[in-house]
Amino acid sequence: MERGGDEVITKRIIACLDVHDGRVVKGVQFVDLIDAGDPATQAARHAREGADEIVLLDITATHEGRATLLDTVRRTARELFVPFTVGGGIRTADDAAQVFEAGADKVSVNSAALKAPGLIDAIGRSFGAQAVVVAIDARRDPEAADPVKDAQVYVQGGRKKAGRRVVEWAREAEERGAGEILLTSMNADGMRTGFDCELTAAVSEAVRIPVIASGGAGTVEHFVDVFGRGKADAALAASIFHFGVSSARSLKEDLARAGVSVRLPC
Amino acid sequence: MRVTVIDYKAGNLTSVLKALRHLGAETLVADGDLSLVETAERIVLPGVGHFAATERLDATGLTGAIRAAIARGVPFLGICVGMQWLYAGSSEAPEQAGLGHFAERCERFPDGHEKVPHVGWNSIDVREDSRLLKGVGAGEFVYFTHSYKAPVTADTAAVTQYIEPFASAVERGNVMGVQFHPEKSGETGLKILRSFLGWNAEGTK
Repeated sequence: MERGGDEVITKRIIACLDVHDGRVVKGVQFVDLIDAGDPATQAARHAREGADEIVLLDITATHEGRATLLDTVRRTARELFVPFTVGGGIRTADDAAQVFEAGADKVSVNSAALKAPGLIDAIGRSFGAQAVVVAIDARRDPEAADPVKDAQVYVQGGRKKAGRRVVEWAREAEERGAGEILLTSMNADGMRTGFDCELTAAVSEAVRIPVIASGGAGTVEHFVDVFGRGKADAALAASIFHFGVSSARSLKEDLARAGVSVRLPC
Repeated sequence: MRVTVIDYKAGNLTSVLKALRHLGAETLVADGDLSLVETAERIVLPGVGHFAATERLDATGLTGAIRAAIARGVPFLGICVGMQWLYAGSSEAPEQAGLGHFAERCERFPDGHEKVPHVGWNSIDVREDSRLLKGVGAGEFVYFTHSYKAPVTADTAAVTQYIEPFASAVERGNVMGVQFHPEKSGETGLKILRSFLGWNAEGTK
């Protein structure tokens, strides 16, 4: 029964659904939204086509309330047997409890945790650290001496500086009991020009919890790069799947050929 | 078939209940109600969260009721912290005793280069005579998320390598545990839950 070799855990490909008013949408840098289908149908399709995990980010929630979100989560979770993370507008431990009750396995918190970092501790205490993903929207600071190390946290869909450095905030989130970091490069998001590998590596080296890279995926090489140079444990993909560009399975088959350890067959 | 799922207020049960129902099981949730354990046909103890939360099992009398059910031969499946609880204890909450059905203790992954917690899809190397994991082949993956783990012993039903080999499943007679989350492990996970639902004293199905 003994295993040989230094086997490592597989790198995860996470399908991300940005949801607006109960519909999947995609925009460039969070604007110019295009309709891309029903969340429950899309999530099931991604799981069937080999996605290791599903993330649903409600991009309306912070601004316009969250009544439809719980219904969307319930419908999406019903027949989904891979890990399912829900983010967007979760301000209190009670908001998180409702999302878990509706069928999420993890919640992703962002601006509310910046405003009141104790939220991370509170959700972790009730639901376990593994259930708390801290999402960080990051932008390199071109004015700073070190644009990567001094990268800034942004809120409100990338419109406003939070006044925190990315690496420091990631460390604090870990100390407070976050289970994973979801790092989105606002510079790269939706551009399909590649992940910000330097920034991802800087965060991944600063914490012991897994880091999910997000923003910029356009080609298989971008994923190879972020798992290698970027030291990411998982990568988020949205637009690469939406319009029939590729499935998670074919992406993972390409990654396996490039020497990346992934869950295959799936 | 009926399954009693133990609720000890440590994280959410929704995913486990959903998967069991998807497989055609009728689920009964027991928190303080010991009669649901005393009359249980099968018991699942889920677990996402902290080992300290198992204190509630002692406080509510569930520990004794579960011990008696196990002695009667009721098939029992512990998931994640629910598996760890079958051991004597865990360094996550040293003052809190586990059931002690398995004599060893659970420990945190050692510090080093690798990320802790162990999060994601990893493979399991299955003991040939495991009834719970029957039909799970080499190259199948299951989903893990944990920082503490049980040691490899004679009761280990599957081994996973992460930093070091650990018990990803344990099985002795009617008492089974999995460190991974079968309810989140796609078709492989559903297959394992189906084996548990089909488990009886004579043989699976």
